[in-house]
Amino acid sequence: MSVRPVTVRYAGYALALIAALILPHIIYPVLALNIIVWGLFAVAVDLLLGFSGLLSFGHAAFWGSAAYAAGIAATRGGVSFPVAVLIGTLVAILLAIPIGYLSIRRQGIYFAMVTLAFAQMIYFVINQWRSVTGGENGIQGIPRTLLGLDLSSATTFYYAALPLALIGYVFAFRVVHSPFGHVLVAIRDNETRARALGYPTHRYKLIGFVISASLAGLGGSIYALGQRLADLEYARWTTSGLAVIMTILGGVGTLWGGVIGAVVVLLLRDWLTTRPELFGVATGGVFAVIVLGFRRGILGTALHWYRSGRPDAPIRRRGLAAARPDPTTVPRVKPEKGGR
Amino acid sequence: MGLLAVHGLTKEFRGFHAVHNVDLSVEEGTIHALVGPNGAGKTTLFNMLTGFIKPTAGRIVFDGEDVTKLPPEQIARRKMARSFQITSLFDQLTVLEHVVLALQAETHLGYRFWQSEKMLGRFRERALEILAQVGLAEIAERHVVSIPYGQKRALEMALVLALEPRLLLLDEPTAGMSLDDVGRIIALIRQVRAGRTVVLVEHNMGVVSELADRVTVLQRGGVLAEGTYGEVRDDPRVIDAYLGQTHA
Repeated sequence: MSVRPVTVRYAGYALALIAALILPHIIYPVLALNIIVWGLFAVAVDLLLGFSGLLSFGHAAFWGSAAYAAGIAATRGGVSFPVAVLIGTLVAILLAIPIGYLSIRRQGIYFAMVTLAFAQMIYFVINQWRSVTGGENGIQGIPRTLLGLDLSSATTFYYAALPLALIGYVFAFRVVHSPFGHVLVAIRDNETRARALGYPTHRYKLIGFVISASLAGLGGSIYALGQRLADLEYARWTTSGLAVIMTILGGVGTLWGGVIGAVVVLLLRDWLTTRPELFGVATGGVFAVIVLGFRRGILGTALHWYRSGRPDAPIRRRGLAAARPDPTTVPRVKPEKGGR
Repeated sequence: MGLLAVHGLTKEFRGFHAVHNVDLSVEEGTIHALVGPNGAGKTTLFNMLTGFIKPTAGRIVFDGEDVTKLPPEQIARRKMARSFQITSLFDQLTVLEHVVLALQAETHLGYRFWQSEKMLGRFRERALEILAQVGLAEIAERHVVSIPYGQKRALEMALVLALEPRLLLLDEPTAGMSLDDVGRIIALIRQVRAGRTVVLVEHNMGVVSELADRVTVLQRGGVLAEGTYGEVRDDPRVIDAYLGQTHA
């Protein structure tokens, strides 16, 4: 009881950083990097789902197009790997502006369907544009260089890429705990009221969408260089789905939960690497258990248990997990109808 | 011409005229009540004034500017602030954070995704002043889902006040309140009207008689009568509308 929540929080971050530093010595380095970048992807999805209330089912568009852009830049342009990652991220941002502009006018399932439709369009463009993307062969043997350093070793590349991924994580934290993050959460909880206070809510949601897409793009770019491959699979709808599953497994609205989701899913995939047909069943089974038994997700449930012993703990968490008090104890205020 | 002038405002929902050809002039510095039986079109009119519903025809002029086609957020920025009939708050925020959010709205700080939320501390002092004004200073740090209804209504008022409005549009500020709370809200509206103009939709005739300088009575989407409270109260058409065709 005497330990302050802030202390616990910093201890958590310190542990996570140490874990990230020693990860390639516990599991093989390619898998370690996959966890880092898929975790970032899931965090990007949660930024939108948990903090803006928008479920994107098309984030593979940003992950995949960034992977291709980074791969092409490194292969054809011969740029160093941080530049390739930057180019990939920028491409994701450029795509997110029109896609977001057209999607955020819809809510709930309609938003999910519109984002899915755009992602399918991107998928077909990548598939058909063979001269640039290599069609179903993808971009293979992507080189990774940095000022003449040899980054061909997976372990070396892990440590070279980790700072870039960490920038993404820190940025996600900054966004959620910024004045902008406050407005975003307010819009999620009650858009009508936010408009009545003078907030142009569409503009805020678009910025949130683009930020989320940029993080997905950052993750996708590093992923392509880590795998030395940009594959059509990266832009497929199942990739969007996997990121959403990781987010929900870890806990929607926890921000970091997606990393835990990524750990679970990717370890599962790794263990079942010789029996790929079981991967879907196993993931589905874990997903069903978590959703039915622990609806806050893994990290969400853990945080809930931790907090329920401390009723006086300040409410710092603004994610959707905390946004939904148990309906049995607290009546939910219905937002007034109206508006567009 | 008044601060707020409405000309021939009409809203048609698939052939049904919810509001039909309404003219209204709200003089600066007055409290103007909109009353009428259920279905008279008060809420539709209110939602058109605040940009939440687009009129089928007619014009809304605020301080000489045509605001008919503006979205709600633009109208709010022109210092026309509305409250909500059904308490409409943000589940995730504390009482204080609500007011900070309202104070922050007219700045562009809300776009700063690269800065720490700690910068919002600059609004704290002003937010506490506003909360003190509505009697909520003691519960500033409370989470909004855990406060009683009367205090939520007071917070609604605090949010409107934080926008420093020239025109307050209050949608049934006493809806569902206990008698004690009603008295408190009346006192509060009296206190905040200084230097401001108020449009009030209200069912409680006691509140209207206490506060309103002008009363517009609506019926079936049109203006039935307008005048001081005393004038409209004694108007036989108004009595008719409220009591039905009792002495027909």
